[in-house]
Amino acid sequence: MSVAETLETGAEARAGTGRWRKLLVVTLGPIAAALMTSGLILLLFGINPLTYYGFVLQRGLLSGLGLEQTLTRMAPLLFLAAGLIVAFRAGIWNLGVDGQFLLGAVAAAALAPLMILWAPGWLTLLAGFALAGAVGALWSVLPALLRAYQGVNEIITTLMMTFLGVSLANVLVKLIFLDPGTTVPQTRTLPVADRLPRLFDTSISSGLILGLIAVLAVHVMMTRTAFGLKLRTVGANPHAAAHAGLSVPRLTMAVFALSAGFAGLAGAVDILGVQGNVRADWNPAFGLMVIPLVFLARFHGVGSIILIFFYSALLIGAESAARRVGVPQDFTLVLVANLLIFLGLAEYLDHRRKRTEG
Amino acid sequence: MENLLTDAFLSSLLTGAIIAGIPLLLAGLGEQMSEKAGVLNIGIEGMMLFGAYLGFLVAFTFSSVWLGFLGGIAGGMMVAALMALFCVRLGLNQIVIGIGLTLGAEGLTALLHHFQFSRTYPRLPAPVRADLPLLTDIPILGPSLFGRHPVVYIALALVVIMALLYRRTNLGLTLRAAGEKPAALDVAGGRVMMIRTAAVLFTGAMAGLGGAFMANIAAGIFIPYMTGGAGFIGIVLAMLARGRPFWVLTGALIFGGALSLTTALQVAGSNIPTDVIQMLPFAAVMLVLVLYGRKARLPAALGLPYERGAR
Repeated sequence: MSVAETLETGAEARAGTGRWRKLLVVTLGPIAAALMTSGLILLLFGINPLTYYGFVLQRGLLSGLGLEQTLTRMAPLLFLAAGLIVAFRAGIWNLGVDGQFLLGAVAAAALAPLMILWAPGWLTLLAGFALAGAVGALWSVLPALLRAYQGVNEIITTLMMTFLGVSLANVLVKLIFLDPGTTVPQTRTLPVADRLPRLFDTSISSGLILGLIAVLAVHVMMTRTAFGLKLRTVGANPHAAAHAGLSVPRLTMAVFALSAGFAGLAGAVDILGVQGNVRADWNPAFGLMVIPLVFLARFHGVGSIILIFFYSALLIGAESAARRVGVPQDFTLVLVANLLIFLGLAEYLDHRRKRTEG
Repeated sequence: MENLLTDAFLSSLLTGAIIAGIPLLLAGLGEQMSEKAGVLNIGIEGMMLFGAYLGFLVAFTFSSVWLGFLGGIAGGMMVAALMALFCVRLGLNQIVIGIGLTLGAEGLTALLHHFQFSRTYPRLPAPVRADLPLLTDIPILGPSLFGRHPVVYIALALVVIMALLYRRTNLGLTLRAAGEKPAALDVAGGRVMMIRTAAVLFTGAMAGLGGAFMANIAAGIFIPYMTGGAGFIGIVLAMLARGRPFWVLTGALIFGGALSLTTALQVAGSNIPTDVIQMLPFAAVMLVLVLYGRKARLPAALGLPYERGAR
C-alpha cells in the first residue's frame, strides 16, 4: 500500500465519507447507470421504462406472493454465489457453473423420487444434496486437473464442460432417468410433501436458509480461516504462494471441488425445494447471471446476498412482465450486460481518481 | 449401421463439415488476430451473434445476401468497437467486459427479434452457389467442396492471407510485439493502442461475417441464441493453433464435421439422439486439450491491458 493510499484510508476513517463515496461510485453508480441505459433501450422499443420497472417492482417485491417467490428463487442463486466466491477469491475463473448446476439437479432428481419410496424424508433430502454436490464437483475434475497440473486456462475448459454438461443432462433426462409414467420427457417427480419444508405459513422454501448459510459460511471461510487465507494467497499470486510452501496444484483442485460442489448443491436446492423434477431441455442458466452480481459485490458474502435479493426480484418480476407488459425475459440479459460494463467503467474511474489524487 | 458409409452419408458429412466449419474458421481466425495482439476476446460470441442478427436483417430487408454479409461484418464490428473502447483504450478487465458484451448481444438480439418478428421466423431464399466448372462434377467430393457460396472461398483465401501476413510482413511482427511485449513496441515507436484496436475490430469483422454465414447460408433464418457457443469454439481453435492460421482451418473442419454429424447420421437413417451428437465437438475440444493442453502457448501479455509507464 502506497503512502498516499494509507493517508487516504486514514482520512476516510476519520471523515467516514470516503467509504460512502466509494459505495456510491463503484456499487450504486453502476446499478443506477445500468437501469437508466436499459430503460433507454426499452424506450427505443416503445415501452415506457417506468411502467416496466414499476411493474417488476410491484410484482417481485411489493406483492406478498411475489416477495415469497423472490425469496424462494434466491436459494439456488445463493448456492451458486457461494461457489463463485470461493473460486474468484482464489483467482479461478469457474465459468462452468451452469453445467455443474444442471448435472447436480439431474442427479438429485434421479435419486430422490426413487429413494423416498423406502427411505425417510430427511435422509432422502440429505442424500440428494450429497449426490448433487459430488456430481457437480466431479464435473469440474477435468478443468481442475488441466489447470492445476498443465496450466491450461480454465475459462475455456469450464465453458466447454458447461456445453457438454447441458447436453449430457438432456441425454440423462431423455434416455436414462425418464419417468415411464408420463409422456412428457422428464424425470420422476418428488412429491410436494417430501420436498424441503416451507418456512412457517408462507410458500417460501427453506432452501433460502440453506443458501444464506452457504454464502455466509464461505465468506467466513475465505476471510477468517487459515484455509481461506491460503486460497486467497494462491489467487493473489500463485508464484508467491508456491514460494511460501503452499501446494498450489492441490489447493487449485480444492477450489474447483468446492466451487463446483456448491454449484451442484444449487441444482439440488432448486429440485428438492421447488421443481421436484427435471424436464428435458430445462436450463435456467442462472450461473452467467450470478457472476456479475458476485463481481459487483466485490466477492463479499453479505453484498452478494443483498444483490441476489434484488436480482431475484427482477427475475420474478420480469417473468410476469413478459406476459403482462410484453417485454421478453431476455431483457434481464441486457440489464446484466449493462451492469457489467458500468461496473468495469466505475472501477476504471475509481482507479484513475486514486492515481490522480495520489 | 453397415450402410452408414454410403455416398449420401459421406457427401452430407463433408458438406456439413464445410457449412458448419466456415463460421468456426472465421471466428478462429479473428480470435487469433486479437490474441496475437494481446487481447483475449471472450466477447467474440456476442460479436458473432450480433453479426448473425444484423446480417440476417440486412439480407432479409434488402433481399441481398451480399449486403447481408456486409451487415454481418458491421454488426460484429459494432460489438468489437465497444470491446476495443473498454478493454484496449480504458484497460478494463477483458473477461468481465467480454462476458458482458456476450450477454448483452444475446439479450439485445432476442429483444430486437421479438419486437420485429414476434414469434415468426422468416426464411431467406436458398443461397446462390458458385459452382466451379468441372470440379463440381467429381462424385461425392465435387458438390460438397466446389459447389459452395463464394464466401466459403473467401474464408479459405483468408487463411492463406493471414498466414502470409503473420509470417512475411512487418505488420505481422508488430502484431506479435503488441501481444508479447507491448512496452517494447511502444518504445520502438509502434502504437500499441492502435494495433490492438485494429486487431479487435478485425476480430469483430470476422466473427460478424461468420455469424452472418451461419444465419444467411447455413440456416437461412435467424433464431435468438443461434450461435450456441461457436464463438467459444473459435477461442479454443485460436488457442490450440498457436498462431498458425492453417491449424485453425484444420480444427474448424474437424469441429464442423462433428457438429454436422447429426444431420449426416439422420441422412444415413441412424437414430442416435441429437443431444449425444451435440456433445461431440465439445468433447473433442476437451480431448484435444487433455492431449495437447500443455502446448497451447499463448502470448505473454495476453489479457493484460497496456498502460504506458505502468509496472
